[in-house]
Amino acid sequence: MIIYGVALLSVCTLTGIAIGQMLGKLIGVPANVGGVGIAMILLILAGTYLKKRDLLNIKTEQGVEFWSAIYIPIVVAMAAKQNVMGALTGGPMAITAGIFAVVCGFLLVPVLSRIGNDESSETTKAVSVETPSTTTSSSVR
Amino acid sequence: MYESLLVVSNKYSLVMGFAVIGLTMWLSYWVSGRFTKGRVHGSAIAIMLGLFLAYLGGVFTGGEKGIVDLPLLSGIGILGGSMLRDFAIVATGFGVDIDELKRAGKAGVIALFMGIFSSFIAGVSIALAFGYTDAVSLTTIGAGAVTYIVGPVTGAAIGASSEVMALSIAAGLVKSILVMILTPFVAPYIGLNNSRSAVIFGGLMGTSSGVAAGLAATDPKLVPYGCLTAAFYTALGCLLGPSLLFILMRGMFA
Repeated sequence: MIIYGVALLSVCTLTGIAIGQMLGKLIGVPANVGGVGIAMILLILAGTYLKKRDLLNIKTEQGVEFWSAIYIPIVVAMAAKQNVMGALTGGPMAITAGIFAVVCGFLLVPVLSRIGNDESSETTKAVSVETPSTTTSSSVR
Repeated sequence: MYESLLVVSNKYSLVMGFAVIGLTMWLSYWVSGRFTKGRVHGSAIAIMLGLFLAYLGGVFTGGEKGIVDLPLLSGIGILGGSMLRDFAIVATGFGVDIDELKRAGKAGVIALFMGIFSSFIAGVSIALAFGYTDAVSLTTIGAGAVTYIVGPVTGAAIGASSEVMALSIAAGLVKSILVMILTPFVAPYIGLNNSRSAVIFGGLMGTSSGVAAGLAATDPKLVPYGCLTAAFYTALGCLLGPSLLFILMRGMFA
């Protein structure tokens, strides 16, 4: 039944967000610490486990897949409720700071991807990865 | 006439949201096919249209929630709110390949730290250029360039003025919106076309709404990988902002 999939997704989401909330409380951060990420990992693990045991039928999977497919419209709705006015009227300093942060991020993607590639091609990763990663992060700092 | 419409849209706000967003999606995909021959992805156009609607909402109502401030369209707020957003993001994880995730794991963690440091430094250097010299303001504006949540959280913790906090939120908003708009166009140039670079991208950019929308407009298959790392970014930023980053700044600009 489709509701089994939706329920599985709900349980994973609630558990993950709850763990994230508790982690935040423990560390003393007023934010959810990776709740969505933890929930995703729970869903991935639960999904693989159930598939292996042949406990997931197509209907159940459809319950999860519907929400995965409705994701883009949800993101569009999210875009429509952003405070775009606030961003544009924030003044030149806020706008420049935002632009600069984004440019730095974009530029670093290919740099870090290279580190990732080294890692997968190397079998003795522990040693080889430590060196490039520490040098790049210290040079940025 | 308007009164009765308002009653319907109030009672069935979420349904109204589905209808309006569905129409927006259809229009965007039509524009994408008709005028760009599919080169600009339909979802990228839809997101830009959404942001434009948000801008109009801000202009006409003076509110902070974009188009949602129009009572007729409040249902979009439920559809695009954090509950359904997180629910749908988690759902995208269903198609994730664990092995690919493991392979990108370490690079993702490095990306998280580098993303926070690089955004912070970017924010601080711009603040310096605009004449701020005290450690509290510099840290708050730098933290705002991390995300618009880290900015005010850090500012409140270290006692920044409300004016500086507003600036830091605005910097974070600009970042988030730029990531939404620019990602699909920049993606080919930075090699953002596989799960590993998506994990890294999520860690570097961090702004969850920006990453979610940017990757959705680039390639929906990449969404779970980027969102997974981005999920840890704001929390790590909130952790580092008022502590390590502030201490570093105080050491340099006391």
